[in-house]
Amino acid sequence: MLAFIIQRLLQSILVMIAVGFIAFSLFNFVGDPVSLMLPPEATAADRDEVRKSLGLDEPFYVQFAKFVGNALQGNFGISLRLGRPVSQLLIERLPATLELSMIAASLALLIGIPMGVYTALKRDSWLSKLILTISLVGVSLPSFLIGIFLILIFAVWLGWLPSFGRGDTVKLGFWTTGFLTLSGVKALILPSITLGLFQMTLILRLVRSEMLEVLRTDYIKFARARGLTNNAVHFGHALKNTLVPVITIAGLQLGGIIAFAIITETVFQWPGMGLLFIQAVQFADIPVMAAYLCLIGFIFVLINLIVDMLYYAVDPRLRAERSGGGH
Amino acid sequence: MQDTMKRFFDGDVWWSFKHNPLVIAAAITALICVIGSAFAPWLSPHNPFDLKTINLLDAFTPPAWITTGKSQFVFGTDDQGRDVLSTIMHGSRITLLVGICAVLLSMVIGITLGLISGYIGGKLDAFIMRVADIQLSFPAILIALLIDGVARVAVGKEYHDQIAVYVLIFAIAASGWVQYARTVRGSTLVERNKEYVQAARVIGRSPLAIMFSHVLPNVTGPVLVLATLHVGTAILTEATLSFLGVGVPPTQPSLGTLIRIGNDFLFSGEWWITVFPGIALVVLVLSINLLGDWLRDALNPKLR
Amino acid sequence: MTTPLLQVKNLRIEFPSRRGTLVAVDDISFEIAPGEVLGVVGESGAGKSLTGAAVIGLLEPPGRIASGEILLNGRRIDNLPFEEMRKVRGREIGAIFQDPLTSLNPLYTVGRQITETIETHLNVSKAEARERAIKLLMETGIPAAEKRIDHYPHQFSGGMRQRVVISLALAAQPKLIIADEPTTALDVSIQAQIITLLKKLCREHGTSIMLVTHDMGVIAETADRVAVMYAGRIAEIGPVSEVIHNPQHPYTIGLMGAIPSVGDEVERLTQIDGAMPRLTAIPPGCAFNPRCTRVKDVPNGRCTSERPGLLPAGKTQAACWLHDKKTVVVAGMSKETSHV
Repeated sequence: MLAFIIQRLLQSILVMIAVGFIAFSLFNFVGDPVSLMLPPEATAADRDEVRKSLGLDEPFYVQFAKFVGNALQGNFGISLRLGRPVSQLLIERLPATLELSMIAASLALLIGIPMGVYTALKRDSWLSKLILTISLVGVSLPSFLIGIFLILIFAVWLGWLPSFGRGDTVKLGFWTTGFLTLSGVKALILPSITLGLFQMTLILRLVRSEMLEVLRTDYIKFARARGLTNNAVHFGHALKNTLVPVITIAGLQLGGIIAFAIITETVFQWPGMGLLFIQAVQFADIPVMAAYLCLIGFIFVLINLIVDMLYYAVDPRLRAERSGGGH
Repeated sequence: MQDTMKRFFDGDVWWSFKHNPLVIAAAITALICVIGSAFAPWLSPHNPFDLKTINLLDAFTPPAWITTGKSQFVFGTDDQGRDVLSTIMHGSRITLLVGICAVLLSMVIGITLGLISGYIGGKLDAFIMRVADIQLSFPAILIALLIDGVARVAVGKEYHDQIAVYVLIFAIAASGWVQYARTVRGSTLVERNKEYVQAARVIGRSPLAIMFSHVLPNVTGPVLVLATLHVGTAILTEATLSFLGVGVPPTQPSLGTLIRIGNDFLFSGEWWITVFPGIALVVLVLSINLLGDWLRDALNPKLR
Repeated sequence: MTTPLLQVKNLRIEFPSRRGTLVAVDDISFEIAPGEVLGVVGESGAGKSLTGAAVIGLLEPPGRIASGEILLNGRRIDNLPFEEMRKVRGREIGAIFQDPLTSLNPLYTVGRQITETIETHLNVSKAEARERAIKLLMETGIPAAEKRIDHYPHQFSGGMRQRVVISLALAAQPKLIIADEPTTALDVSIQAQIITLLKKLCREHGTSIMLVTHDMGVIAETADRVAVMYAGRIAEIGPVSEVIHNPQHPYTIGLMGAIPSVGDEVERLTQIDGAMPRLTAIPPGCAFNPRCTRVKDVPNGRCTSERPGLLPAGKTQAACWLHDKKTVVVAGMSKETSHV
């Protein structure tokens, strides 16, 4: 067990280094790093000073090490567009994105999994066929379009829900939450549906196809041959075996939610990290891009790690590999 | 060739197609979209790019079936007086162009890397597969965004517009090669160990040529399915990027750009500027997805 | 005569397909007595596994029982509603499949799978179920059963796993077990152990076995009677020693001749030309007629026009016109006795 964790940790660190390297290259080679670190009014003398202090005349690996050091302290320089430290911007925006992502992810799981199971077990019912058709349409709809249609119907035509912004938020320490106010909660509804819908259809189809595969296996056949009840076969055996591989894929998908938030935040003008990032790309604001990349990389690596450990905990076959199996 | 055609029409795949009205409808729809957009310059009722034919007075005309609409603008006009139907047709052209080229490029990259990886094996294989694994854990959109963003900075904003389409195609292709590489690599690994490959090596025939003539036929089915579904996702990715403002330049609007432009007018009530391009996009991708889904089931030996 | 445990009467299994209806099992009938081992042997595709599946009610759609009856202890089981049939499965009829690795759910301990089966069918407490499970494992020869009951399937070797599978099949004390290729996936050395175990347990519990396999050696070792299937029909059925040493149907004769055996001095193994017909192309009359060397010995071309039922032939029954009492075969020439 320990060896497994250590191996995964090492891999994660490697990936982070790779991500950091890409961010670093962005920083240094694609654009002038000096101007990235200084406000635009800086003079030539300032620039030279910064150049020396930044050690841009130093060898490559030293620069990289400094970059990593800075990054670990959360120092990513100053946003070109907004003139403020990037880390500050990110912390400000993080709660918005995370709250949105959490709701969307919960929606995707809480609706996607049961529907997937239902359509697998009751293949021929009209409800299944309906759900599948809707899911096919769902996969063909880009999330921004879903957002637009939702805004059109619920904000423009019906006027029930807001179409942009977070509503009123409450500040708790460094976190700002929209859960505690009515307008905050209302503002969350449309964006989280938009963000979660795509994921939900993916999870639905995933669970369904996985469950159909499992229902075809020999051990299910054998379970039926032993006269186990339908409940035992479907929910005791089939469901458990379905969820194990689904965990990995679903976990990774959910990591994707944080990135997909970029789109949703753009459509709804949601003040999160995603909106910040897209504005950075449009403006060629390198420090923000590099910082976002590192942060996303870190989140993904973390999610991967958690998913790996979950898989390990749930599948006895992986555990036994370590302890040396039977004879 | 005639033989293959005959066998195809006798076979299960064609039978499954003929007996599936939904898929036939999807195929016809897709065909109409493709032809409509490919021949847009000749088929569209108006030319939205010819400034001489656009009249600002026509701007914001609603669709023809609404009382204030005009019959020559079936879906209405946008803020500059351009016919929405025509912009959709031209926009689809760009969308399909980018989508299909991106998929083709992706296939080439993926199949090549998969072949190399599977055939040479060893450290190169491990390395390529590691990269693939890591890339898979990042959503395609993000990767495409990054590549586009980097290009944007590297090349400077003015010049960027000119090559935007190529960058876009490359970005989408780069975010999607992994699935082809894995499939082809799997097949290559299986074939590589077979005796006829070793025998051919003994004879002196280039093993790579054999891999081509034996591995590729084996993977055509799965790759075809992947490619079809990939066209759908590529189109969506391009539309998303264009909607976000980092896709095709405004001078060559795709469906995504059209939707973005129209979005600004949602609140003032001119919904058709964004809704119709949106519907066009959905119809296009939906019919492709239906085709891809059907193809996957039709080619799956287990379900026959 | 004791009532047979299992009676299959005129069973016909069909598969509707896009090419029309395929008949996979065409009007077969046989019986299994209590405590008897009936071998069902034949090539792949002959319909043996389907027959087993039909008996236990696990025929997968679109396959369906088109006609015929299956009776267990005189009671019809082929037309039972789902819940009734479910109670029959495991409790009265058990099954063992070919691959022990895939037959066990990898995520549950062996003990959990056995106790679950026991608790589903028998009204016993959890503790008692566990006791019985341990006893079963011991009976099937798994050492340290009290410890291994909490192990997962992947912690057992192939032969051990098949023993676990056998325990599972016997858990609810069924009277009949359908064993579908139980030894095919095992090493030869393990095969013998499993066969012996199966025989011993069934003798001790009085369980009948329908042993489906393509391996004549296993049949010879284990079965009391054997049915030879060909193209969805029974070609010959009778006591094992008779069918093996004194086959009456040309197909069986060919089969036995094709099996090499240690000790016999045979110059060439018999080879039956051709192959078993596909379900879409079964010839009229006797399904074996295109490959049969004795067709010419039956008058009026009956073999190609009329399908023979099972006729008494020596000490077995064979579906072959050669054994029709109305036909007399005279060294190369044939006449109908009624004309003489």
